Amino acid sequence: MNSAFGALLKRDLLLAFRNPGDYATPVIFFVVSTTLFSFAAGTDNQLLKAIGPGVIWVAALLASMLSLDGIFRSDFEDGTLEQMLLAPAPMSLLVLAKIITHWISTGLPLVAASPLLGILMNLDSFSIAILAVTIALSTPVFSLIGAFGASLVVTQKKAGVLLSLLTLPLCIPVLIYSVSAVIAAAAELPVTGHISLLCAFLVFSLTVAPFATAGSLRMMSGD
Amino acid sequence: MLEVRDLVGVRSERRLFENLSFSVRENELLYISGRNGSGKTTLLRILCGLARPETGEILWHGVRIEEIQTEYVQSLVYVGHENGIKGDLTVIENLAFDRVLRGNSTKQTAHEILDRLGIVRYAQIPCRYLSAGQKRRVALARLQVSDARLWLLDEPFTALDEPTQEIIIDWLSSHLESGGICIATSHQPIDWSRLNSSEIKLGEQS
Repeated sequence: MNSAFGALLKRDLLLAFRNPGDYATPVIFFVVSTTLFSFAAGTDNQLLKAIGPGVIWVAALLASMLSLDGIFRSDFEDGTLEQMLLAPAPMSLLVLAKIITHWISTGLPLVAASPLLGILMNLDSFSIAILAVTIALSTPVFSLIGAFGASLVVTQKKAGVLLSLLTLPLCIPVLIYSVSAVIAAAAELPVTGHISLLCAFLVFSLTVAPFATAGSLRMMSGD
Repeated sequence: MLEVRDLVGVRSERRLFENLSFSVRENELLYISGRNGSGKTTLLRILCGLARPETGEILWHGVRIEEIQTEYVQSLVYVGHENGIKGDLTVIENLAFDRVLRGNSTKQTAHEILDRLGIVRYAQIPCRYLSAGQKRRVALARLQVSDARLWLLDEPFTALDEPTQEIIIDWLSSHLESGGICIATSHQPIDWSRLNSSEIKLGEQS
């Protein structure tokens, strides 16, 4: 059963590797939108520093939303999702494999790009480290929540906006704690509370989302 | 043995079939016929557990399939309308993934199966470059990677040329001989009488 998990992990990573557009789009959007913002905000370094965490974070959240729609769409359309539902391995485990590869191919590049954007926004080095940590902790949550949202709209052809409407409200607590962690870091205040809460969000969504998503996919394909 | 009792199938609030009861034993093929939209695909999806019937029950060796879901899906292989293959993966990669996903693999190597289907030359080519018939062959290769007892085939012969249809019929007959069960739909004029088959017609009521 675990071998099915491993095989799906490998298959999806291979597919992501063969479609660079899929994983490049979010990170390019992330970098471009933040860079444009820094140009548009003018030359005031202190202003940049003050709005930097928020700008970077909103861009990261929207970039994560970009790739969610495709997470189950192609599998649904070519019939491989049916085959997964008919596999002896638990569907929640297979869903988890898909979410993990989704995060590796779309979330991880955002984590890698965030220090660069921190420098661009004139953040100090400790804030940049905390920024990278919050993005590393929160993007998996977006993938998990987003997978559930994507499973609900998998039968709809163009569901990008609907999907964002479904998932964005659920991501707002994560956004709030992430941004306040970076702001606290910049003010040299303790951040362990924020980070712990983000970990809690991650653990919670990791426990619930794969089961909810598997159930929803089963329901959607039954129609 | 697969037994169906008083099945009612509904799609988009339309009743496709009512009080459908039949049973298929080992060594038997059940051929489902009916016009377009008579509910053949819906019936097959209900039989493999992807869709739920409105009412009625399906028994696999006397036990309801909901109660033995893992065991049941392990003993079936479904080839649906969609091929269930990834266009960006090569033929061999698709087959290897299917083998691991199904769990219970046979001794036949992927190479032997593809050779039998006449697509071994394309083993290293991404499936999206293949023709419709060749893609169908990759999907049907799934029948040979696992030792599932129950084959559920939705229009297996679509886009296949005649020699390949013959190969699939050979597979069917040896599957039935070795104690397998098959339920299939098809619009192709296939000589089912060569196989130990029975037929049910859907859409008679309406």
